[in-house]
Amino acid sequence: MSVKPATRKKIIQGIGFFLLRVCLYIVLAVLLLILYDVGKKGGGAISWQFLTQAPRRGMTEGGIFPAIMGTFLVTIVTAVLAIPLGMFSAIYLNEYARKSRLNRMIRLAIRNLSGVPSIVYGLFGVILFVNILKFGTSILSAGLTLGLMTLPWTITASEEALKTIPNSYREGSLALGATKWQAIRTNVLPYALPGMLTGTVLGLARAAGETAPIMFTGAAFSLPFLPRSLSDQFMALPYHLYIMATQHHDIAKARPLAYGTALVLIVFVLGMNMGAVLLRYRLRRKKR
Amino acid sequence: MSKQGLRNLKESAVRTFFLMNGVLTIIILVGIFALLLYSAVPAFREVKIGEFLTSTSWDPTSPVKAEYGILSMIVSTVMVTLVAVLIAFPIGLGVAAYLSDVAHWRVREIVKPIVEILAGIPSVVIGFLGIVLFGPFLAGLFGRTNGLNALNGAVLLAIMALPTIISISEDSLNAVPAAYAEASLALGGSRWQTLVRVKIPAALSGIIAAFMLGMGRAIGETMTVLMATGNARSFPHGLLDSVRTMTSNIAIELGEVPYYTTHYYALFAIGLVLFIMTFGVNLVADLVLSKYQEREQ
Repeated sequence: MSVKPATRKKIIQGIGFFLLRVCLYIVLAVLLLILYDVGKKGGGAISWQFLTQAPRRGMTEGGIFPAIMGTFLVTIVTAVLAIPLGMFSAIYLNEYARKSRLNRMIRLAIRNLSGVPSIVYGLFGVILFVNILKFGTSILSAGLTLGLMTLPWTITASEEALKTIPNSYREGSLALGATKWQAIRTNVLPYALPGMLTGTVLGLARAAGETAPIMFTGAAFSLPFLPRSLSDQFMALPYHLYIMATQHHDIAKARPLAYGTALVLIVFVLGMNMGAVLLRYRLRRKKR
Repeated sequence: MSKQGLRNLKESAVRTFFLMNGVLTIIILVGIFALLLYSAVPAFREVKIGEFLTSTSWDPTSPVKAEYGILSMIVSTVMVTLVAVLIAFPIGLGVAAYLSDVAHWRVREIVKPIVEILAGIPSVVIGFLGIVLFGPFLAGLFGRTNGLNALNGAVLLAIMALPTIISISEDSLNAVPAAYAEASLALGGSRWQTLVRVKIPAALSGIIAAFMLGMGRAIGETMTVLMATGNARSFPHGLLDSVRTMTSNIAIELGEVPYYTTHYYALFAIGLVLFIMTFGVNLVADLVLSKYQEREQ
């Protein structure tokens, strides 16, 4: 029995689209599996004590409070470096840069920086911050290393936000006799700021989950107390998870705690993501 | 000085300030390369570069004769990366095509943020799940006692490369001018034929770039492979072998190595090789993409 060409075409299209749909289902299934597994097994480990106490008895009891605070504090150091540098570079690229060789090189550098492996940033941090600048293995060295890694993301995100501001905003101000900087300050930045902040916080969230750059620049195996100054070492959620998952001698006792740490880390990072989106929403509404 | 002159001076100062920030990015990139080189070079006082790159035996702490060959690690890295991208690329392209050409826009609005959630999961969490979830599953599947091997690492890296591949492929499919698809449909082509024979070829350079960038991401990943591939130092012979990639080796040994020894410098040399490899991959992706953008204009 022969099949009409038109029917055949339809059948092939049906099969093709079905396969594409299967691809989507695979990705969704993997994500669900990850969230379900961590949520279910990590949820059992979470308690008030787990969130507010330091690890005890060789990290088989107690909680992860120093790791939560450590990740929070190192993210602040990261932000102090990455937010201003990212925004300033983005302002240059979007508002001042013309087509020139230098500017093409700047863009190329940014794209390549975002492809540099995180462990290479870690090596760079060891040489520059720990050894040459003598900051030692400290929350300062780790935060600066993460800050450099975050920079290309914050620049790109801030530039995207600046691009959405219509040119008429700039022209209106210039036509009234304002200088370029006045026009940017009064007619561009106030409107671009929510988007710039959102993009930057998204970058910081990614940095907060990174392990390789902080392993050798300041994260500590276990500390019962919080860092008191920028030159202290610190505990961090991602590094703590790595330790609990691979370096702990007592797997049976460490595994539930590792699951709990994984859950807290995911909530921390995704919470920052959601916070960023909400921030943009609220700032935009205020503007109106 | 006149008021006008002062104003001009201030303007150019502001401009220079922002320019310096832009230039800083070049300085950082060159600085990373220079400092890696500076810390890698002393290793080659004791080790020949040829031997470093072509010997398969890495045993810096041997009491008899320290050996510094990284070929096993390079092969492990390439093997895990290639398999990861071969898994992730068809699936990622499929999702991208589904989102751009098949899905209702409401579905797209829901799915895109979900894919971003996947991108937001930290690599150390994926590595952890490699130990407790995917590894044991693969071990059962292949009848092994231990699932910490190259295949496990490749599957995890595929998960990590997916968001990159999906978003860049989808962007490039969406950037194909609507007229292309309309012409194909008007000639009686089905939507499937239009997708496969018109849109994907038209978006090819962007899709290649997605492949390359996904690969760049996988080469440089540390935590997932460190936790999930077993880290045996021997030369890999198959996907079910335990492997140690370049990134893992740096992560394992940098914490214990005495500073300023040949071993210490050799770890930076591995970092330099890694930097050059990812730089090359990203540069190719960049060239492909910019060629594509030029043609569009």
